[in-house]
Amino acid sequence: MSAAAAAADQSGEAQNGAAEAIHVENLHKKFGQLHVLKGVSLSARDGEVVAIIGGSGSGKSTLLRCINCLENPTSGIIRVNGEEIKLKADSHGHTVPADRRQIERIRSRLGMVFQNFNLWSHMTLIENVIEVPVHVLGVKRDDAIAQAEKLLTRVGLAEKRDVYPAFLSGGQQQRAAIARALAINPRVMLFDEPTSALDPELVGEVLKVIGDLAREGRTMVLVTHEMKFAREVATHVVYLYNGLVEEEGPPEQLFGAPKSERLKQFLRNVG
Amino acid sequence: MAPGWGGTLLVGLLHSIEIAIGATCLGLMIGTAGAFGKLYGGPVTRDLLAVYTTVVRAVPELVLILLLYYAGTDLINQVLTAIGYSRVDISGLAAGIFVLGFVQGAYSTEVIRGAILAIPQGQIEAARAYGMSPGLMLRRITVPAMLPFALPGLANLWLIATKDTALLAVVGFFELTLATRQAAGVTKAYLLFYLAAGALYLALSLFSNLIIGRVEAWSRRGMPSVREAR
Repeated sequence: MSAAAAAADQSGEAQNGAAEAIHVENLHKKFGQLHVLKGVSLSARDGEVVAIIGGSGSGKSTLLRCINCLENPTSGIIRVNGEEIKLKADSHGHTVPADRRQIERIRSRLGMVFQNFNLWSHMTLIENVIEVPVHVLGVKRDDAIAQAEKLLTRVGLAEKRDVYPAFLSGGQQQRAAIARALAINPRVMLFDEPTSALDPELVGEVLKVIGDLAREGRTMVLVTHEMKFAREVATHVVYLYNGLVEEEGPPEQLFGAPKSERLKQFLRNVG
Repeated sequence: MAPGWGGTLLVGLLHSIEIAIGATCLGLMIGTAGAFGKLYGGPVTRDLLAVYTTVVRAVPELVLILLLYYAGTDLINQVLTAIGYSRVDISGLAAGIFVLGFVQGAYSTEVIRGAILAIPQGQIEAARAYGMSPGLMLRRITVPAMLPFALPGLANLWLIATKDTALLAVVGFFELTLATRQAAGVTKAYLLFYLAAGALYLALSLFSNLIIGRVEAWSRRGMPSVREAR
């Protein structure tokens, strides 16, 4: 598929027949008078790694947080695994999820990783990892623990299983948070600037874990400032500018031959 | 000590403890609901709760006790008579628990509200992002996460509750202070009995501190020691 064809294709990706895991259409988000998202569309098929890049205030985190309704979109359509999130207007005219159980069910299959890790501080790492499987998804405790031990081993934290998050480095906490996200066997993983709060020397260990997940075919939507990383692992890159998709396409095209002047400027500034 | 009066004091202490535990439990329930109402409730809920916490915390507890006890039982009996039932005697224990619990609830509301605000919001957000229902989030995340911030204030309220029970002596409830007054009045051994009562209150406080200290250490298990942060 040529670069031009990819750019022309609104859903943006090679039509490999994989089901669409995330579909966002004409999404608007206003915070009071502030119009943060001005009609953004985004699609992630199974196995795709979609990287969202953009400057500060471009709306990239807000877009990600709208996918699981951590921020309620002002208008637009969001479909997760083909199921559209039902929205309604509340008594103040704000758009909110119409069906609490639906949004809880959808959220419990989206593994979110936050900028500030957000591990539960009163639980050890293993307790953090089994919390959602046991209490939200109804997995048997023993099974959840066995699974959590494997995941902690995978992110290199097996020996820290009984340690509380506050006693770990940022990199270790973020790797544990990735294990927590994996524990729910997520259809899609959402990463919200996962390395932005880390000391520079800790960024590598977290990117390695995320990179491995990307290479094994996990579906992900990733908001990141790490351009080199986005270029390596993403299958599709979306550049947001001022609440709109300014340019999108395969990473070779976006980083190698950007068309938009703003994107060129942005890449010069961050590069 | 005259035989028998020691037992009287202990019965009084037992009643004081019963009231304090009952009032604290009721206060915690009101306080948790009140804190959530103040933080997440609609404008009407918030206004009503603001009136409740303001009035209760502004009026002396003795006045509230007299008011709620006499006016409260009178009101209940008037209602009962109006709908065709006969008057009832409200048990001193139930009335005492209700009155002190009502007062404790107002203070607990503010303590718990502050503790919820102290929780790093990211932890609440993570619970939402993983599909926890509001009830599950309360039980698994919000309450355990706020506990380290709430316990010092709640421990104060518990110690105050144990001593506020003495105020119920004015409405004739047989607790430690009234028991002491009776024992001292009959035997004329004022110093002995009031010192004994003081010692019992002190013992209760020391024992409480021991338990609270352990609970607080447990609730802070995930937090680094503040000493290391000096």
